[in-house]
Parts: sequence; structure tokens; C-alpha cells
Amino acid sequence: MRLISSIGEWLDERLQIGSTIRETAEHEVPRKTASWFYVFGSAAFAVFIMQIVTGILLALIYVPSAGQAWSSLQTLNHNVALGWYIRALHGWGSDFMVALVLIHMIQVFLFGAYKYPRELTWIVGVFLLLVTLGMAFTGQVLRFDQDAYWGLGIGASIASRVPLIGPLIVNLLLGGPIIAGTTLSRFFALHVFVIPGLLIAFIGVHLLMVIKLGINEWPMPGRLVRKATYIKEYHELTKKDGMPFVPGAIWKDLFFSALILFSLAFFAYHFGPFGPSGPPDPTIIQTVPRPDFFFLWLYAILSYLPASMETPALLIGPVVGILALLLLPFLSGEGEKSWRRRPLAVLTVLLAVVALGTFTHLAQHTPWSPVMDAWSGIPIPDQFLKNRTALERQGALVFQVKQCHNCHSLGNEGGKRGPALDSVALRLTQDQLIRQVIQGGGNMPAYGKNLSPGETTALVAFLESLHPAGQPPARDASRTIASDAKTDGAPSSSP
Amino acid sequence: MTLPTGISRRALLMKLGILFNSIVALILTVPVVRYLLSPITRGRKDGYDAWVPLGNLDQFPSGETRLATYRNPVVNSWDGDTADIACWVRNVDGASFQVFAINCAHLGCPVRWFPQSNLFMCPCHGGAYYQDGARASGPPERGLFEYHYKIDGGKLFIRASEMPTPGQASNIVRGIQPCA
Repeated sequence: MRLISSIGEWLDERLQIGSTIRETAEHEVPRKTASWFYVFGSAAFAVFIMQIVTGILLALIYVPSAGQAWSSLQTLNHNVALGWYIRALHGWGSDFMVALVLIHMIQVFLFGAYKYPRELTWIVGVFLLLVTLGMAFTGQVLRFDQDAYWGLGIGASIASRVPLIGPLIVNLLLGGPIIAGTTLSRFFALHVFVIPGLLIAFIGVHLLMVIKLGINEWPMPGRLVRKATYIKEYHELTKKDGMPFVPGAIWKDLFFSALILFSLAFFAYHFGPFGPSGPPDPTIIQTVPRPDFFFLWLYAILSYLPASMETPALLIGPVVGILALLLLPFLSGEGEKSWRRRPLAVLTVLLAVVALGTFTHLAQHTPWSPVMDAWSGIPIPDQFLKNRTALERQGALVFQVKQCHNCHSLGNEGGKRGPALDSVALRLTQDQLIRQVIQGGGNMPAYGKNLSPGETTALVAFLESLHPAGQPPARDASRTIASDAKTDGAPSSSP
Repeated sequence: MTLPTGISRRALLMKLGILFNSIVALILTVPVVRYLLSPITRGRKDGYDAWVPLGNLDQFPSGETRLATYRNPVVNSWDGDTADIACWVRNVDGASFQVFAINCAHLGCPVRWFPQSNLFMCPCHGGAYYQDGARASGPPERGLFEYHYKIDGGKLFIRASEMPTPGQASNIVRGIQPCA
């Protein structure tokens, strides 16, 4: 023990940082900030340290070459002792970190911590969110599999829509004319050198400001922030009702970080590493590319935006969103901090969470995509075939063979791209069905050139049989008059 | 040269030092920027926009649409499988062809051909195209990208080198159209 303290003294005599560290650790914080609500930032930092360590470990084996990256991941998964576990830690660590950063951001927003004098802390925090997402995306690219390959294609296609310089951005992004070796190398440089450098720098500034300006006090409804008096009030508060950060507040950070790291270790053990999915061979087209969890919402939005709105929304949306986050502390830099008196703030968070959650959920089910193998893999349920005429059953066959089932469900099975057809006969008359099949419309391709008259007749006969028992199919009133007239004995030349 | 009063020799030397460093930084910036921009400034390398063989004509029966693959003409030795690109060849009537890029005109995912319904379908966001590449439904704003082709010595060639994107990379940068 004496040896340790004498080594410590020897070091401190030369480094001269002991007193600074002690002052920082023991600086007074408002007593109420020693709260379980104030632990998310430090937990995100703990996971970041974990990412650095596991990242370096992965770099011992990983080969950032388009021709070999995928097989080096296979080696990591299968041939290196616990390589799969390090990969799992790094992959899940990425999800944990994004989640923690988002939760931290929500907490900080609801507690009004971005207000004077912590505007810059918030702005740097926004940059931290962006670089964290940048790490998540580039990391997904380094897992150089089919998803990564086609994900890059999506990124390039989005970038190409920038007016005038879009194509140049694509070539810069890919490092050449196609997604290939140079593409992976530059994403490796971004993921391993550039973005982590930014991340570390931003974290440094972020933490420095937290220490210099003091942690945001617990917001009390009615205690308003005023630039003229805030600093004085804050110092009075910490003096009157404060306690040293170490150990008064830090023990909660330590407990929570340990819990998060343990959960991460458990998730990695239980769920294992992410992929890699199939090899990045663009000639293998039997693939359904999906982005990682935290980009699924974007994937859903890209499917639902009308074509005319897509490019403006893709290019302007992010700019507006980021600008709004950056300008927030200047637009409401003073006033009420407590979320109890800021209903708009609470609603904004709820709206964002519900919207992103809904889009993410949808992207996990992709109702907009045809089910590529429904026509061959999902049979028509019995109840739609019983007691049908030969013509109607022939139509059911056309329904399968022409892949209508890929987009339309029957009995809740099949594609969700188009409307379910269980009771289509109630909605559309025979003429409308024929028109819809032949000319398409709405979001449906026209099948006129692709169906013989016989096939169309059979298909429509089958569709007309799709209505619940006891409910008659839709019919055209004028037709009824015409056929009534016919049965009345009027001469008619047409069938 | 006269010194304005109030500027000491040391301050002047420091400013000169900063000036020298700025000049050196500028000189060094030029090659760095030039290096970083090489993917768009290197001009047309060998093989750029070359005629690439897709195979003998008898591999593409009349009236049918078949998958073909080619090795991208611009390639590095470490590209691996990524330089093998797929495309769809439609033999319209035995004499004329259409060669479509594999990339959906929406966001570049690989479209699949379904001969039963005569449609190309995209697995990502639900785009669909008719057999002639025209947009049928879904989010794409246009039809499939099409390669220029030629027939030479019983073989089908296309002009290729660049991943087609909705922004039409080739048109603007080099004034050529490998994918119209």
C-alpha cells in the first residue's frame, strides 16, 4: 500500500494532474441530480469504450478487402476461439449505443437541459447522435454481406438524387463507378479512423462542458431560466443543496453502466452475432436486403412516400430535422425547464417515438413488398375453392400462376401489397374487375397483355365468387335492367 | 519596407511564420484534395464504358428474358465477387434486344424477373416493371435502366462500367450514356 502511494506521489509530482482530477471528481452537484434519470449519458460512454475495445479485437482478424472481408467474418464466426462472441458484442454494442444515445437525448430534452447556458452542450450532443448513427451505418457496411452491398446501392441511389452534383457524390461515396473494393476501403477508413476520431473529440468537448457548466439541475415546475440570473441561482443551489459528484452521484452511474454492460454481454451470448448474410456477390439476386434495426424506419418511409415527394423529402427532410435540433436551444433558450409545464415538448417526443416505432414495426413486416414466393408456396385456402364451378377453379389457377397471390392475400395469407381479396366481389362489379385486371391502376400493373381472354374470364369468374355467404356480390344496376328486359322477352342480339 | 509603429519584431516574425505555414498548407492541400477527388476526376480509365460480352446469342432464346452476368470492365484485383454484375437480357423478337440493369430505378435493389406474370419485381420497396422495362407500379419514378447493346460475331455486347442510379451518373459526368 505504501508502495502504491509513493508511486502515485512520484507520478503526480511530475504530471501535476492529481489536484485537477480530485477537484473534478469532487465538484459539487445539485443533490437531486444524483438520480436514476441522469445515468444514460455515462452508460452510452461505457458502451462506447466497449466498442473501441471489441473493434480493435475484430481488427486483428478482419480484412477490409471486398474480395475477402466476408470470408474473414466467417473465420471470425467459426474458426477463431470466441470470435463470434466478440462480433456479437460489437454488433449488439452498436444497437445498445444508439438506443442509449437516443434515450439520453429524450431525457435531456424533457428536462430542459439544452437551455441557457448549455446550448453548445446540446449542439455537440446532436453531432454525437449523428456520428453515432454514422458509426452504425458504416459498421453495417463493414459486415460486407448482401445486406451491406445492396444497402450501399440504396445509399448511392439516394445520394444520386442531389441536384447537379448527385452523380459526383455517388462516385465519391463508392470510390469508383461501382460498389467494389475501393468502396469497402473507404468505409473502413471512415468507420475506424475518421468517425471515431470525431466521436472522441465531441465526447471530450461534451464532457468538458458538463463539468465546467455543471450538470443540469433537477427541473422544478415554475423555476424559470433567465440568462441574467441563472448562473448565480445555479451556484446558490449547488452550495445550499449540493454534494460531491464522487461518490454522491457516481454510484448510480456505475450501477447502471454495469447493468447495461451485463445486459450487452448477455444479449451477445444469447442472440449471437449479426450475420453475415449471403456473400456480397451481386449476381446472387435471390436476396431480400434489409437495413439494421435503427435504419428500418427509413426503409419504411422510402416505401410509403409518394414518388413525387420522395426526392424532396429525402434531401430536404434530414436538413430540416437536423437544423431543428441545432436551433432548438436558440428558439427556447430560456423559461420553463420542467416537462410538467411543457406539454408541447412531451407531445413532440411521443409523436417522434410513436412515428419511428410504427415505421420500424412496419419495416419488420414489409407489407409493401410482394411476397416473392406466395404464388408457388402459399396455396389458396380451402374455403375459397369449395363448391366452385370448373371455370372458377380454373380462375383460381390463373390467380396462382400469374402471381396475383404475391400481392393480394386470401384468408390473410399472401402479399399485402394490394388489397385483400377475400370479399372483393362485394366491392367491384364484374365490369370493374375486368377493367382492373386488364388495365391495372391504383398501384396495380396492367395484365391485359399478359392474360388470354379465356384466362381473364376464368380469373374474373373466380374473383366474383369471393364474397361471404349470404351477401350478394356487387352488381351493376344498368346490367340488371338490361337482363330483366331480356328475360321479359325483348329481342336481343348480343349475349 | 517600413514597419508601422507598434508592431514588434517578434510579432512580425510570428506572423511571417504563420504566413509560411499557410502557404505550405495550401500547397499540401492541392495534392490531398486531388487525391480525394480521384474517383470523379481521373477521367476515362482503360475499360471505362467498354463493350462487354454477355455471351452467345443462343443463350438468349427469342421472346424470353434471361439473367446474364459480366465482369465489370473497370476492376481492381481485390474486388472479388463485387465486380461481377448481373443484368436482364430480353430477346424481344429474335432480332432486337433489351438489356436491363439489375438495379431497381427506385433505390437500386436487385429486381427479379417473373416470366409467369411477365413482371420484374423488386424485393425492397415493392417496385414492379413490365417486360419492356416500363414502370408498372410502386415507388419507382421511371422504368428500368437500359444498357446500349450490339451484336458482333454471334455475341451480345453491352456498354457498361458504372452502377446506374436515378441521378444518371454517366450522363452528366462524361457525356455518355451506358445506361439510358
